Amino acid sequence: MSNKSFSSWYKSGSPWVWLNAGAVSISLVMVVGLLLLIAVRGLGHFWPADIMSITYNDPDKKSITLVAEAVETEVVSAARLQKVGVHLPEGQVTGERHLLKVGNRDYFGLDFLWINRLWMGETTYPEDLVAIERREWGNFYGYLTKVKQQGEVVATGDEAWDELQKRLERSNSLVAEIKDIEKNEVGKINHGLEELRLQKRQHELDGLPEGSLAYHEIEQERKQWNVRYQGLQKQLADLYAALNRDQIMVAISDGREVELPLAKVIDIYRPNSMNVLEKLGFYFKEVWKFISGEPREANTEGGIFPAIFGTVMMVMIMAVLVTPFGVVAAVYMKEYARQGPMIRLIRIAVNNLAGVPSIVYGVFGLGFFVYFLGGNIDEIFFQAKLPSPTFGQPGMLWASLTLAILTVPVVIVATEEGLSRIPRAIREGSLALGATKAETLWRTVLPMTAPAMMTGLILAVARAAGEVAPLMMVGVVKLAPALAVDNIAPYLHLDRQFMHLGFHIYDVGFQSPNVEAARPLVYATAFLLVLIIIILNMSAISIRNRLRETSKASEN
Amino acid sequence: MVSDFMVEHSSQHSVLPAPNSPVAIRRRAWREFKDRLARYGVAIGGVSVIFAIVLIFFYLLYVVMPLFYGADIELEAQYKTNISHSTHLTLDEYNDVALTLDMQGKVEFFDANNGKPLLDVTLPLPEQAKIVSFSKGSASTGVFAYGFDDGKALVFQQDYKISYPTGTTRLITPLILYPLGEKTQTVDSKGQALRLLSVQSNSDQTTLVGLTQDNRVVMKSLIREEDFLDEDAFTIEEKTSEIKLDVQEDVTHLQMDIDQRELYLADSQGFISYFDITNIQAPRLIQKIKAVPSGVKITTLEFLTGGISILVGRSDGQIDQWFPVRDVNNNYTLHNVRSFNDQTTAIIAISPEYARKGFLALDDSGQLAIYHTTAHRTLLVEPLVTGENAVMAISPRANGLISMTADGQAKLTYIDNEHPEISWHSLWEKVWYESRDKPEYIWQSSSASNDFEPKFSLSPLTFGTIKAAFYAMVIAVPLAIMGAIFTAYFMSPKMRTFVKPTIEIMEALPTVILGFLAGLWLAPIIEGNLPGVFSILILLPVMTVLTAWSWTKLPRRFRESIPDGWEAAILIPIVIMVGVVSMMASPSIELWLFDGNMPQWLNDIGVDFDQRNSLVVGLVMGFAVIPTIFSITEDAIFSVPKHLTVGSLALGATPWQTLIRVVLLTASPGIFSAVMIGLGRAVGETMIVLMATGNTPIMDFNIFEGFRALSANIAVEMPEAEVASSHYRVLFLAALVLFMATFVFNTVAEIVRQRLRTKYSSL
Repeated sequence: MSNKSFSSWYKSGSPWVWLNAGAVSISLVMVVGLLLLIAVRGLGHFWPADIMSITYNDPDKKSITLVAEAVETEVVSAARLQKVGVHLPEGQVTGERHLLKVGNRDYFGLDFLWINRLWMGETTYPEDLVAIERREWGNFYGYLTKVKQQGEVVATGDEAWDELQKRLERSNSLVAEIKDIEKNEVGKINHGLEELRLQKRQHELDGLPEGSLAYHEIEQERKQWNVRYQGLQKQLADLYAALNRDQIMVAISDGREVELPLAKVIDIYRPNSMNVLEKLGFYFKEVWKFISGEPREANTEGGIFPAIFGTVMMVMIMAVLVTPFGVVAAVYMKEYARQGPMIRLIRIAVNNLAGVPSIVYGVFGLGFFVYFLGGNIDEIFFQAKLPSPTFGQPGMLWASLTLAILTVPVVIVATEEGLSRIPRAIREGSLALGATKAETLWRTVLPMTAPAMMTGLILAVARAAGEVAPLMMVGVVKLAPALAVDNIAPYLHLDRQFMHLGFHIYDVGFQSPNVEAARPLVYATAFLLVLIIIILNMSAISIRNRLRETSKASEN
Repeated sequence: MVSDFMVEHSSQHSVLPAPNSPVAIRRRAWREFKDRLARYGVAIGGVSVIFAIVLIFFYLLYVVMPLFYGADIELEAQYKTNISHSTHLTLDEYNDVALTLDMQGKVEFFDANNGKPLLDVTLPLPEQAKIVSFSKGSASTGVFAYGFDDGKALVFQQDYKISYPTGTTRLITPLILYPLGEKTQTVDSKGQALRLLSVQSNSDQTTLVGLTQDNRVVMKSLIREEDFLDEDAFTIEEKTSEIKLDVQEDVTHLQMDIDQRELYLADSQGFISYFDITNIQAPRLIQKIKAVPSGVKITTLEFLTGGISILVGRSDGQIDQWFPVRDVNNNYTLHNVRSFNDQTTAIIAISPEYARKGFLALDDSGQLAIYHTTAHRTLLVEPLVTGENAVMAISPRANGLISMTADGQAKLTYIDNEHPEISWHSLWEKVWYESRDKPEYIWQSSSASNDFEPKFSLSPLTFGTIKAAFYAMVIAVPLAIMGAIFTAYFMSPKMRTFVKPTIEIMEALPTVILGFLAGLWLAPIIEGNLPGVFSILILLPVMTVLTAWSWTKLPRRFRESIPDGWEAAILIPIVIMVGVVSMMASPSIELWLFDGNMPQWLNDIGVDFDQRNSLVVGLVMGFAVIPTIFSITEDAIFSVPKHLTVGSLALGATPWQTLIRVVLLTASPGIFSAVMIGLGRAVGETMIVLMATGNTPIMDFNIFEGFRALSANIAVEMPEAEVASSHYRVLFLAALVLFMATFVFNTVAEIVRQRLRTKYSSL
């Protein structure tokens, strides 16, 4: 074969086989490459990168020192560089450039900077460079010089670092305390006041004349709430005063010494002096903060806990809704309905609905659930609140219902498939023993179909978790003020809007003012979402495989 | 499970009563009842779930349907008034108060529901002069003017004060204001009678244009200039000029637009003269055009809301819409853009709507017609009045109409006309919009300005969807089908157990992630390394074949160490290498062939380049569709009965020949349905097209430009659309179009697949 000519080799069809093989290779490379890309970028975000100090000699400007984290490197042709005003020496075809994160947005204006390899001078990694994670304005890089209390210097030089640790812990616990009060206590008061307003409005709607006792009671109660509120205000003022006690002084790359209030600092670390183990510890701490924290700065910093919570909760409600309905529909179609052209038509329709674009379900959900159903519910039950809508606006319940309709065909198809796998003998055996049809179904058929239902449900959940387009219309928002579950009766607020991982990716990646800063966060969110969905799908596949084996075994 | 059953059985056995004992009968009855209950419960549940699913289609249809309903009118009140020979009527926005004016200077507000007089206004008319002409400004301003036989004019304005004295009932108090004071204005300095008059007024400027007995067009502008320091202090600057017309010319209509920039004259010969009066002191005749065929007269001349189009009502019942169109040399000429000929007798009155580009027309026989210009739609033709010289007025909300004949018979009619702007023409065909130089497909659903002409053409959006699906399929179909062929037919089973789930799992990957990568990661890379991307596309097949050829040249021992069916694994390093090398070589290729910057080079040769373009969408959406097509195709090929292939091979065909002549032929319906389902997915995909394109609704097949797809458009605009507005319903229509398209694709695929299944079982 090896000595055949090219043309005879061509005629054998062998190149076509190889081309087909090439298609598989390309698909595989793309799939694996994509997963790797998301994993590396998403996981890499939390690693405490070393901070460099670079002398940079732009020939058009004076030489400066930059303190920054390296983000990206790329090779660009000379012509493109020329377009952005960078002139390479004669003969050089390409130039390398680096994207640096210089941070300190409030002092430098820009926190990201492209620099050219060509003009980079000496690069060092000083051990005492600190990276400061702040509540506002993004990261800060510099050299810690002093720690102050009420403007008085309490520590300088090496002592400053140790002094800082204690004070940082104190300020962080104060911040947590303030947040707790603001969120829980003040939230309760606001809720109480709103309830009173609604009660009053309800009385007015009922036609209670002015000056009735009921109004008086409401007024009394309002006063009580206000007294409580004033007490809290005072407590909060004290806490804030305590919080604002400490400041730190940091020298930044252009030589300025800048004062930062410690209240605005979340964490300070010296990545250049950390060893691998410390970095690993820091890494996991950051991962935990990401998963459990709340977003800051228009979602471009901080954690994504509300989005995880919203996604999980919505999917759970959806699962609760979709399982019984999907199973009942499948049982009806398979076991009770007369098998004729009509049911075949319905089966094709149900199959096809799985392929209808999700955005269509979103439109339906908005029109039917939100405006029609929700609007009517508001008219009947929440008249006092009108014109501000309760259920007549997008919310958790409508999002779950919309996704339930979207995924019900998946459950129906999977359950039907499971039902058709049950050997006829089992059914007939049960009936022969005198069981009614319902008993046969309930005691023998359905338990045996359970894994198939499970598969359908998992696939439905996986699909629901990744959908974004319909949710944009029926309840997802970029920043939900409160979770759907809280400590205010009735504890579960299905009318509330919520955050969602998928929408978070869209929103932060495309609607945020500082895309560059938000990008690593989006990769991390994307990685988390991919992980959830792949795990769900893998478990569905493994359940299905096991199911096939058991059904084969029972046939034997 | 079995043991459970046994336990239960034995426990029941001990308490099982005799078969015919009352207990047993009762239990049987109870069990039968439960069985029936389950039957009906499941049936009701199942039917309602199926119903709920089908409801989607009907609900979409239910929301969309009103778009295509015509208009409806309903008589609300009919009464006799003592007003005779009314020249002009207006109606307030609540259909409560009407105003009538006549040529004797009688100005009276009356209750629109019963004709009861509310306010009889005594205008400060000059004692010596006689009213010879009347003019109304644009309906939204409510300005009127009387012209006198001494060359003077009086300008006044209607206004309504709305108050709620008892809390809930509305009280409308009509009144008349005098924006220029109660003094008459001298329009013709020579003191000739103003045979025709036109007035327009806004807060900055009032213009009066009159036609005198001796055929001069006299103009006067009063421009209010506020003091910079004191808002209440102002000075009024007066500007005047005149145009001498031919003595023969018998001008019958005079109209000035709301912005006081254009003046139209119509004469009894059917000519329309179009003047530019932007500079009132130097009026300029732009065009004089014969607007109607000979024998036909112009009977009415009105502006459409916005003051751009004029509506010409003719003696033969036709109505023409004209507006100035800019040509290549920036000159404006009048064009007859569209005509309506649903009426047969002379048009005697045209009432434009206040906010939309629709209008009402009344003809000599008392027929009322409701039209919409943009949609080129006649919504209603119905008899309205019987009697001479009828006048009518539409309310600002376009839901009420008052009409009156010369003998004082009045009618208040409610109009139901929710969505006149939508028609097959405005949705799918080229439409000539105002201020555009030719008919176009445009989607522009909202704008900041009030008298905006909404442009609801679904064509560019549908085009965008098709464009996205096309480029995605160009990428996906070859890769997925070829990959499936290899996986199902040539690949070693061991490798297949790994490859198939790996590719299939990508089907579940959220498209928002793909969209994000497309927009923020891939698009900049492609822009930066365009030549590299094309070199990958070209080099990959070439290198694959070269690798295959050199593989045959390798020593036999080495080749045999890797068994058949692992070719794909051998090629993986080659694919990676081609990718890396192409990307690294990209700047050099770019310098060598494209002056160092390919997007720039493309722009220079006249191909527009956007960073987020169809190439990016094609690659990423292709990637999203690959698993769908791959999975179904693979199944179809894999389930081709083995005896067919074995038979073919036994007869001496090569594996490739067997594949082409036997396997693919047998599996072709399955492959077809795979492509259809993939297409359905590509058409409906939202997040990728939303994030990876610029979302501009353009119609151009250029791969380097973006587009706006139906699905992305819904996602962007739906949350902002006002409920039950035309915009809202059009978005529902877009969803319905998507629904139907994917439903058709999927149904065809499903039917083909079921056929295939029966065919296999018979083989």
